[in-house]
Amino acid sequence: MNKLIREVLPFGSLILVIAILSLWQPDSFLTLDNFVNVLRRSSVYGIIAIGMTFVIISGGIDLSVGSLLALCGMCAAGTMIGLGGEAPPAGIIALGTAVGLLAGAVGGLVSGALITRLKLQPFIATLGTMSLYRGIALVMYDGQPINVSSYRYLGEGTLLGIPVSVVLFLVVIVFAGAILNFTRFGRHTYAIGSNVEAAHHAGVRVDRTLMGIYTLGGLLTGLGAMIAMSRTVSAQPTAGVGAELDVIAAVVIGGASLSGGRGTITGTIVGTLLISFLRNGCTLVGISTNAQLIVIGVVIVLAVAVDQFTRRRAGDVT
Amino acid sequence: MEPYPRAESSRFALEMQGINKSFGPIKALQDVTLRIPRGTVHALVGENGAGKSTLMKILSGVLQADTGTIVRAGKTCAWKHPSDSLAAGVAMIYQELSLAPDLTIAENVWLGIEPRGGLLGTYSKRRMLAETSALAERHGFDVDPAQTVDSLPASTCQIVEVLKALARNAEILVMDEPTSSCGEHEVAVLLEMVKNLSRAGTTIIYISHRLEEVVEIARDISVLRDGYVVHTGPMKGLEIADIVKHMVGRDLDDYFPKRKVEVGSTALSVSELSSQDVENISFDLHWGEIVGVAGLVGAGRTELARVLCGLDPLTRGSIKIDGKNVKIATPADALSHGIMYVTEDRKRTGLCLELPAAWNMTLPCLAELGMKHILRLGREDEIAEATAKTLSLKWSGPGAPVSALSGGNQQKLLLGRALIAQSRLWVLDEPTRGIDIAAKVDIYELIGRMAAKGKAVLIISSELTELFGIADRILVMRRGRLVADLVASETTQEAVMQLAAVDEGRI
Repeated sequence: MNKLIREVLPFGSLILVIAILSLWQPDSFLTLDNFVNVLRRSSVYGIIAIGMTFVIISGGIDLSVGSLLALCGMCAAGTMIGLGGEAPPAGIIALGTAVGLLAGAVGGLVSGALITRLKLQPFIATLGTMSLYRGIALVMYDGQPINVSSYRYLGEGTLLGIPVSVVLFLVVIVFAGAILNFTRFGRHTYAIGSNVEAAHHAGVRVDRTLMGIYTLGGLLTGLGAMIAMSRTVSAQPTAGVGAELDVIAAVVIGGASLSGGRGTITGTIVGTLLISFLRNGCTLVGISTNAQLIVIGVVIVLAVAVDQFTRRRAGDVT
Repeated sequence: MEPYPRAESSRFALEMQGINKSFGPIKALQDVTLRIPRGTVHALVGENGAGKSTLMKILSGVLQADTGTIVRAGKTCAWKHPSDSLAAGVAMIYQELSLAPDLTIAENVWLGIEPRGGLLGTYSKRRMLAETSALAERHGFDVDPAQTVDSLPASTCQIVEVLKALARNAEILVMDEPTSSCGEHEVAVLLEMVKNLSRAGTTIIYISHRLEEVVEIARDISVLRDGYVVHTGPMKGLEIADIVKHMVGRDLDDYFPKRKVEVGSTALSVSELSSQDVENISFDLHWGEIVGVAGLVGAGRTELARVLCGLDPLTRGSIKIDGKNVKIATPADALSHGIMYVTEDRKRTGLCLELPAAWNMTLPCLAELGMKHILRLGREDEIAEATAKTLSLKWSGPGAPVSALSGGNQQKLLLGRALIAQSRLWVLDEPTRGIDIAAKVDIYELIGRMAAKGKAVLIISSELTELFGIADRILVMRRGRLVADLVASETTQEAVMQLAAVDEGRI
């Protein structure tokens, strides 16, 4: 019973929020355009949150994703403008995108290496890389943003009528879900988060797996960065400040445990959408962006409190 | 049982009368009556699930009985909370200790009831140390109250727990498996403590799976089975075999299955092996053979297993399997050579408690189950279920949370890994620690069956009866070295104990 509540709760809250907003603002909220808009806005943080889901299930955390988002954008845009000038050809655009993704993967790999080789706690290691990546992003072009006015496909393009960013989000969801649920790597992610000693004893190559997890997280951050950059047709060195907190919130609202061993891709999607719809709803209803923070804060605390409560009642002490 | 006359009832420190407790349709306790005279040691034994822990939870006020009464020193009590029973002088000392590791012994003993200092809100460190010393001295314990707890051996931690209870004026101590994490020497220290306490007038309810201890120290014994008290009375005249018979309802002869196995060629050959903790160890293990490793806690038995299983690096020497040199640098290497290590510490290094039972069972063998990197979930459940059946493992299914399984079933689950991986070399570290007798018998039976199939088994145990019951040979370790390699049928428990403990002063 409690287990059921726990699994249905985030999903139920999402439906509830959508229902309330539909009744409240049927004209502006309950439209296809608005839903597509929310999905498109969710895609960047949603994709990053899926990478974060692996990290959090493994018992870790990655605070550097916001900074890495900016760094990937700067690397990609820098490559495009640097090699291709104001209007880079398609080949250079593709190369720049690859560089952006690669920067993400390397950024994650560095965090993973600090955690596994230097045995730093993930919180501390990524607190360090968070500052490091932000610093590099700012220093690269002296704190100036880079405009890439021709980089529009990921942000504005559509595929069979669906925005490309939403298509990418869906593809990532399917792939990540498959990796987490149907591969040895996914299973080992859960095992490490639940009990790293036991996993090691059972022959899990813990360090290698963790490197993979953080690299995957970084790669997905890179992908998110490309979409974000394309949406604003510019790379901002100050992009994604505080993004890590939104992303972690989405994963936790989705039922993952910061102590590791628990979490699902579905949960993370629901968490991401819940935050997005709340934001969207607040804007439509006329609650200021500043006041939205209060709403989001209350939701996070409520979600985790209810989760803990049902868990305690079920007698499975965490 | 006939009622005792009113006047005499005060000679009992505690009486539990006609206790019944059900959880839904399950009757955990049925008409349980215990009478415990002041200043005696009363052993409470029974298999896991017999109702011991429910009874103790009722006694400590964590649970309330459906019917029945608890009479403490002539007064009927209705405890609603652990603090009520503690106020009445009943203290529980649990298996998992509740000490703060960074605090000193004195600080732990007076935690929450610190003696007041001169200033408001302060406490007197000096008085705390002095009172701890006085308390320890009065009961004949030799501890340094200023020492921090994290460096203490398990037996001393138990003593600190006892001091903590005594500082709260406890007159009845309920000790739950106090020796489960102790070696023979520490056990002796603890048993001595229990005897001293009872001599000084403290009443002790002693719960243990180690029947040898129970026979040694208890004056009376009660045996629980399926929620009933099936036997209660003086210990005098009872043999271990009698107690086991009461507990399981069958004879001790079934306890260690008899088997005849032709020992095969050399499976594992360890020569001059050294690591950070063990030195110059050489021995052979043959296919179809069960070899026991005896020794005190800290003798290097687990450390030897750690080297064989890739958890610790070897600094010198060699390991051969089937006559060929092998390099075992990680647990994954060990697995690929067919070595399965089953840990002595299920909770810490064995299980992933948040994960489903089947996942725990298949964790080391996922590559064998699927297509190396891709899992086959249906097949996984199938194999887990079949393995559970082979092991007579009781669970509600492959998806059951592993934390909900009893200790015995968790242990079977870990052993199931070796079955699924089809390991050839089983390294078992205390495989029956803290589990009930029925599960123990199942595990002995499994080990015997595996040896008969030609597997080689290395089993570390602190229970000599167990080693002598199942092992063909016994290796004795002391201070990181191998001091004897004996044929089990040609030696005695006393001889092995002597070898294991000879330079430790006493046994």
